[in-house]
Amino acid sequence: MGISVVDVSKQFNAFTALDEVSVAIPEGSLTALLGPSGSGKSTLLRVIAGLEEPDSGQVLIGDQDVTDTPARSRGVGMVFQHYAAFKHMTVYDNVAFGLSVRKRPRAEISKRVHELLELVQLEGLAKRYPAQLSGGQRQRMALARALAVEPSVLLLDEPFGALDARVRQELRAWLRRLHDEVHVTTIIVTHDQEEAMEVAGQIVVLNEGRVEQVGSPRELYEQPANEFVMSFVGPVNRLGDTFVRPHDVEVLNEPDGDGSSEAMVERVVHLGFEVRVELIREDGQHLTAQLTQEQAEQLELEHGQIVYVRPSRETTFSAAARRPDRQRSA
Amino acid sequence: MSRYLLRFGVLGYLALILLVPVGFVFYRAFEHGFAHAWDAVTTPEALHALWLTLLIAAIAVPVNTIVGVILALALVRGRFSGRGLLNAVVDLPLAISPVIVGLGLVLLYGRGGWLGGLADHGLHILFAVPGMVLATMFVSMPFVVREVVPVLREIGIEQEQAAETLGAAPFQVFRRVTFPAIRGAVAYGVVLTTARAIGEFGAVSAVAGNVEGKTQTLPLYVKAQFDGFDTAGAYASSVVLALIAIAVVVSLRVLQPKEH
Repeated sequence: MGISVVDVSKQFNAFTALDEVSVAIPEGSLTALLGPSGSGKSTLLRVIAGLEEPDSGQVLIGDQDVTDTPARSRGVGMVFQHYAAFKHMTVYDNVAFGLSVRKRPRAEISKRVHELLELVQLEGLAKRYPAQLSGGQRQRMALARALAVEPSVLLLDEPFGALDARVRQELRAWLRRLHDEVHVTTIIVTHDQEEAMEVAGQIVVLNEGRVEQVGSPRELYEQPANEFVMSFVGPVNRLGDTFVRPHDVEVLNEPDGDGSSEAMVERVVHLGFEVRVELIREDGQHLTAQLTQEQAEQLELEHGQIVYVRPSRETTFSAAARRPDRQRSA
Repeated sequence: MSRYLLRFGVLGYLALILLVPVGFVFYRAFEHGFAHAWDAVTTPEALHALWLTLLIAAIAVPVNTIVGVILALALVRGRFSGRGLLNAVVDLPLAISPVIVGLGLVLLYGRGGWLGGLADHGLHILFAVPGMVLATMFVSMPFVVREVVPVLREIGIEQEQAAETLGAAPFQVFRRVTFPAIRGAVAYGVVLTTARAIGEFGAVSAVAGNVEGKTQTLPLYVKAQFDGFDTAGAYASSVVLALIAIAVVVSLRVLQPKEH
C-alpha cells in the first residue's frame, strides 16, 4: 500500500525533528529517506511505524488514516540498525514471533518460517541463536522476521549501518533483488547518498526536519533543487556562486581560450580506475577534478605541475535556493 | 608473587569476616551431636518461629518481586517527572537503619498514629503478623529493583519496539521479550530479597512484640535463646537459617536456564 505523510511536525523539547513534512510514497516503490544526522529521517520513519507520535499532521497507509493507530495494528514490518534481534530466541523463533503472537496454527507457522529462511538464505541456521550469527546474517533474519507477518509496508532504519563495507554492498544488491520479488512498499532510511542511489527508485532528501527535494536518483543528481541537495548527493566544487561536479572539471595541458584558467596540481590520488586530482587555481580557489586513469596518464600529472582547468558543466541556483539550511529562531 | 599475595589477602579477609564466624556457629551447633541439635530446633517454639519466618518471606518476596519489576520498568522506561525522586526513594531501605523503619511503623500504626485506629476495628498491625510482614517488605524492597534496572538499561528498547511492530500487545511484549531478558536479574534479586526477608532482625523486632510462639521469627528466636543462655538452641536455629539461605541460592542456580 502507498503511504501519505501530511504536514507532520515533531518536536523533542527545543529540537524540531520534523517541520510540517509531507511526503507521498507510491505503492510498491522502494523509497529512500536520505539526509544527514539530525535531519529527521529516522523520526519520520518512526512516525510512520507508529513508534513516535507526531505533534501534528497525519499518516495514511493505503487510504486509511493510521495517525492514532498503535504500532502493533499498523501492519508494518520494521528493521532496526542494530538488528533488535530477540537474543533469547532461536532464529526460527525470532522469525516466527509475529505469527505466534497472532496465534496462527503451528503447521502454518513452520511452513512460512521455512519459506522465509530460504528467501533470506538462512535455511540451515534455524536452530542457532542471534549471538551465533554474523551481522549480515542477523540483519537478514531481522528482515525475514519483519516479512513474516506480510506487512503492507516495510520500514528499514539504517539497516546496513552497523555492517562492514563489503557486507553492506552485498546486502544492498540483495535487498534490491528481494524487493523485485516481494514488491512490498519499502522505505529505507540512510545517510549514505550512494546507498540511496543504488537501492531506491525514489529518494526523499531531508535536512533540518524539512523535505528539500523528492525525485529519482538521476533527477536529484542532474537537477538538484538547491545547494544542499547538490552538495549532499555527490562531491561538488564551489566556485563563487557556481557549482561544478569533479567529473565536470576538464584538465588540459595547454590553455584553451574561453573559460580555462591556470591551476597547480597539489595532489594526485589513484583510486583504481578513477583518479582524483586536487588543484589550486591561480586565484587561490581549491578544486577537485575526477579523471579516468587513462586521462591522467596522458596528462602526465604530477605534484606542482601547472595545468589549465575548465568546467564543462556548471550549476547556479537562484537566491532562494542558495541557502536552503534556513535559519530557525531559537 | 604480588598476585599470590593479593589472592591470599582477599581469601584471608573473606575467611576472617565470613567463613570463620559462620563455621564456628556450625561447629557449636553440632558440638553435642546431631540429635541434640535436632531436638533444639524441633521444640514447638522453634518450629513456630520457623513457620512464621517462612510465611513472612512467602508474602514479602513475591510482592517485592512483582512491585520491584514494575518499579524498575517505571524507572527505566517511564517518562514522568519525579523519576529522580522515585529512584532515591527506592534506595531508602538500604540507607536507613531497619530499627528506624520499625519505629516508623510503630508511630504510624501505634496508639495515636495516623492509622492507629485500625486496631479498634479488629485489624491488628502492630505486635502481629501484618506489621512484621510490612517491616520485612520495607527492608527487602530495593533488591529486585536494583538488580533489574541496569539490565533493562542495557537491553535497550529496540527489542520491545520490534515486538510491538510485529503485532505484540503490551503484555505479550513483556512476557515474551522483556521478561526473558531480565529473568536472570530477577532471580538474583529474589535470592537477595529472600535472604534479607528471612534474616531481618531490627525492623521486625521493633514491631513484633516478640511473644514466644506467636510473633517470634527465627532470628528473634535465636536472639531470645541466646539471651536465655540456651546457646545450643541458638546455634542450632542459626544453622537452620543459614541452610534456608543456602537452599534458596542453590535452587535458583539449578532452576536458572543456561545462558546462550
